Amino acid sequence: MENQELKLKVEQLRLRLIELIHKGNTGHTGGDLSVLNVLTVLYNKILNVDPKNPKMADRDRFVLSKGHCAEALYCVLNDKGFIPDEELEAYGTYHAHLGGHPDVTIPGVEINSGALGHGLSVGVGMALAAKMDGKKYHTFVVMGDGEQAEGSIYEAAMAGNKYHLDNLVALIDRNGLQISGSTEDVMPLECIQERWTAFGWDVITMNGDDIDEVVRTFENIDFHNGKPHMIVSNTTKGLGVSFMENVAKWHHGVPKGEDYEQAVKDIKARIEKVKS
Amino acid sequence: MLTPNKIPCRKSFTSTLLELAQQDKDIVAVTSDASGSATLTDFGKELPEQFVEVGIAEQDAVGISAGLASAGKKPFIFGPACFYVARALEQVKVDMAYSQMPVTICGVSGGVAYSQLGATHHSLHDIAVLRTFPGIEVYLPCDVRQTRKLCIDLAKRPRPAYVRVGRNAVPDVYENDDFDFVPGKANTLTEGNDLTIIATGETVAHAVEAAKILHEKGINARVIDMFSLKPFDKDVVIKAAKETGKILTVEEHSMFGGLGAAVAEVTAQECPAKMRILGIPDENVIHASPLEVFHHYGIDYEGIVAAAEEFLNS
Repeated sequence: MENQELKLKVEQLRLRLIELIHKGNTGHTGGDLSVLNVLTVLYNKILNVDPKNPKMADRDRFVLSKGHCAEALYCVLNDKGFIPDEELEAYGTYHAHLGGHPDVTIPGVEINSGALGHGLSVGVGMALAAKMDGKKYHTFVVMGDGEQAEGSIYEAAMAGNKYHLDNLVALIDRNGLQISGSTEDVMPLECIQERWTAFGWDVITMNGDDIDEVVRTFENIDFHNGKPHMIVSNTTKGLGVSFMENVAKWHHGVPKGEDYEQAVKDIKARIEKVKS
Repeated sequence: MLTPNKIPCRKSFTSTLLELAQQDKDIVAVTSDASGSATLTDFGKELPEQFVEVGIAEQDAVGISAGLASAGKKPFIFGPACFYVARALEQVKVDMAYSQMPVTICGVSGGVAYSQLGATHHSLHDIAVLRTFPGIEVYLPCDVRQTRKLCIDLAKRPRPAYVRVGRNAVPDVYENDDFDFVPGKANTLTEGNDLTIIATGETVAHAVEAAKILHEKGINARVIDMFSLKPFDKDVVIKAAKETGKILTVEEHSMFGGLGAAVAEVTAQECPAKMRILGIPDENVIHASPLEVFHHYGIDYEGIVAAAEEFLNS
């Protein structure tokens, strides 16, 4: 898929996402919007996965460690054909299959997530298994920046380095906000690049709001350098909705009434802008 | 009176797993700086490609094992039981049980096996906690032969499971391999209708010994080895309640939430019976050797005999 098509797709998915959260009356809107670019690029340009055969033997593995951004993943998985339309439509209703966090009963989901600080260890295990079996597939783990306070992540950081997992790509959705406010106020992360470099990882920084840069970054990963990869993806929480951008209260906020109408209007304007 | 085997159960588990892993490259042993205490040194030397050392990082061990299992491996984690059912509990809950990843945790030196090391190293809550997690099985084998059968069963049909074994060698309960090992199906070791003693793990040998002493005193106790805490054999409890009317449970575990509670849940709802629950009370365990701890809290054969006599006379 060409970058121009990706840019249109991500804005259409952004609209779908806002509709989904509004209708389901639940969701982690801000982080969904900041991570959507990365998920859209991964599933349409990078990952070797097959919606007709979600358990394909040598598929690339994807773990959404920041599992609270499930709605963004659901929209992308639905668009790819993993999740049927009726299941997506039922999100937020009584006994719906799709819950607020991903689980393995959903085609395309490899592990249940939602408790933070777990995904990187699971990704290390997947990547290690590939190394043991001489398989060529890659493992991708997406974490949040607030999540970086979870100590278990650094256990996985050490193991990734020990086993030279250059087939493992972790990404931090660095939107700078968490539920209580700025990540720098809650628990400062200002030396995040140096931290991961010190752990022995190949650290790459990108502008995650820029589709061209996201594509270029993923396509240029050196999977033979003997080091696990860490992408610090600088993003805007609430990207694409004017009144949500960089506002912490939209971490778990659901747009209603005039807010919802404004959000739709903002995203539709983005769609038109891409088309023009 | 009780003569231990020369081999501890943890060694029975690891030597069995090594045999199996030599024929199955997908079997992986994962440890958190516990290869010595878990008796994994031979495994690590002979099959280094199937051996993962994560350092002192139990949460990571469980998460990595879930990832390995997701990718088709059969991971077996080895480390002190106390750390896997406390520090790593969320990973056990989410990455193993909720995600249905076929990982086995072999928690070594469980219960009060670390004795003098104190409460940080005891695991007297594992049955209570893990019983409430959907999707994980819980086993406390009582001797080397049962441990071997359990290991073979888990390797043949991997599923999320927790196994607790002790540290020191324990007496043989099963004298040969001619006994059943069926998950969720308890083994009745001695018949009797005056009362039933239900035990699990290392207390089973004490229950058998207690039944011998009681028999000499004219009391016929039924002894049940409840090695499978989850799945749980309700039928054997109902049968015991109906046929003996009195049930005494014995466990190297808090007296709350463990074997006794599991039995009481069945009797209370299905077939009310008088019960006594022997276990560790709501206090920090005294510093002493494991057998001294067993004796202090009345979960050794002498304590069981005394409790049974009091129970029958009450």
